[in-house]
Amino acid sequence: MKPIVRTGISALGIFLTLLLAWMRIIVLFKIPSYMLPTPAQVLSAAITRFGSLTTSLWITGSAAAGGLIVAIVVGVAIALVFAQSRWTRRMFYPYTILLQTVPIVAVAPLILMWVGPGLLSVTLIAFIICLAPIIANTTQGMISVDRNLVDLFVMNNSSQAQILLKLRLPHAMPSLFTGIRISSGISVIGAITAELFAGSARVGVGGIGYAIQYASAQLQTDYLFALVAAAAALGFAFFFIVMFLEWYFLHKWHESALTPEED
Amino acid sequence: MSAAADPVTRTPAIVLENVTKQYGQGATILDNLSATIAPEEFVSIIGPSGCGKSTLLKLIAGLSPITSGKVVMERLTRVNARRITSFIFQDSTLLPWRTVRTNVGLGLELEHASKAARNETVDTMLKLVGLADVAEKYPRELSGGMKMRVSIARALASRPRVLLLDEPFAALDEITRDRMNEELLRLREQHAWTVLFVTHSVAEAVFLSNRILVLAAHPGRLVHDIAVPLAWPRTAETRDSGEFDEVVSQVSRTLREVQNL
Repeated sequence: MKPIVRTGISALGIFLTLLLAWMRIIVLFKIPSYMLPTPAQVLSAAITRFGSLTTSLWITGSAAAGGLIVAIVVGVAIALVFAQSRWTRRMFYPYTILLQTVPIVAVAPLILMWVGPGLLSVTLIAFIICLAPIIANTTQGMISVDRNLVDLFVMNNSSQAQILLKLRLPHAMPSLFTGIRISSGISVIGAITAELFAGSARVGVGGIGYAIQYASAQLQTDYLFALVAAAAALGFAFFFIVMFLEWYFLHKWHESALTPEED
Repeated sequence: MSAAADPVTRTPAIVLENVTKQYGQGATILDNLSATIAPEEFVSIIGPSGCGKSTLLKLIAGLSPITSGKVVMERLTRVNARRITSFIFQDSTLLPWRTVRTNVGLGLELEHASKAARNETVDTMLKLVGLADVAEKYPRELSGGMKMRVSIARALASRPRVLLLDEPFAALDEITRDRMNEELLRLREQHAWTVLFVTHSVAEAVFLSNRILVLAAHPGRLVHDIAVPLAWPRTAETRDSGEFDEVVSQVSRTLREVQNL
């Protein structure tokens, strides 16, 4: 665990330095608190409105997680189809790129119009933004199987389904996790962006995106900062959960999942 | 299950009739190659790089289409021919996400053999190659020689009658390679295989084979068919005999001539 501890200590050091600089700047330039609150004000806003903060976190977190999980299921299914033949890839791959290049802020209002505001449309938007990296990475992992391994399966008279499920899919696991890692970060961004449009409000409190909009309109800058910190924490949590799952599933056999001290 | 029943009761001969391989309209890889490998014969294929020896092995395995000519293994269908044939690749081609046990049992698993039958065969095969104690390890925990032994155990688990080996020991150090050669011959005494063995090493070819086919390159063609006169069984001592050295230098000479063709 030594390298992790070392990384943790240096990260904490930088965090404290930035915190001190932040407080110093406020005093030095006499910045009013509605422009830039002090860390203490942010903390107190977070504590006094802890209930609505955690509700917002929960709403956004579940929409992002839901979108990510559905994207994993659908993305792997699409990658399985793509891995079948070059033709299916040629036909459908351009649409995957389209999925990645169309700005989500442009699509979000459309989804809202069709599905209506609420948790469902936010989840759907998170799903859309998560899909492309998972398809692209998993497909790449499935088609980059060593020719000899395919020949080995062919020599055993194995079916296409066996090659797909016992060779290509497990071979693509490290790439799939790379895709999930990328998507886990953007799922939170996607959900918050969607909430800026879609709301998903629940009796006054909504997801983080909704709350950010509300707080900024009310000039509750301290609470706005607390929300931003919460959003960042959510992204971190997703990232670490995915890292852990990756380690859990791959460390026994995959080199990249090795921790340094095992070398 | 009828599919598991042995479709042939004896080891087949392999007959190559005017086998030609060409990629598109491009270079001819193999030109009009004919040869017969008798049942239970051990035949090595050597030749300069570019002579198509690995391609020939893939054609025989049916892993690559033949441009003209044919490969006949008795009267077996492609599926049945594959059922009695095992291919051993240059690298060990183990699946890194599977343990040694499940790697060796792969072929049986693909044939839907029961777990009990699978485990029994795997244990036998691992004992045969001396790896019983690493059954639960993953490939990345093994040395190159051990990986190759797992690969051989996997090939033998499906009880093949024909073995096709494509430079299987090329990546190993010389001591390991010699030991693997001895092990291969020891296993062959217990199983009457027909073996086709592609190699770069003349000494290895001489040590293992009844017969050596020497191929020339550009285009790949059969130029010499040398019978190895050394007595059986062959052991580590065989390599120390003057007779062995003589055959090795004779074949080396032939190979040099071929290279200058």
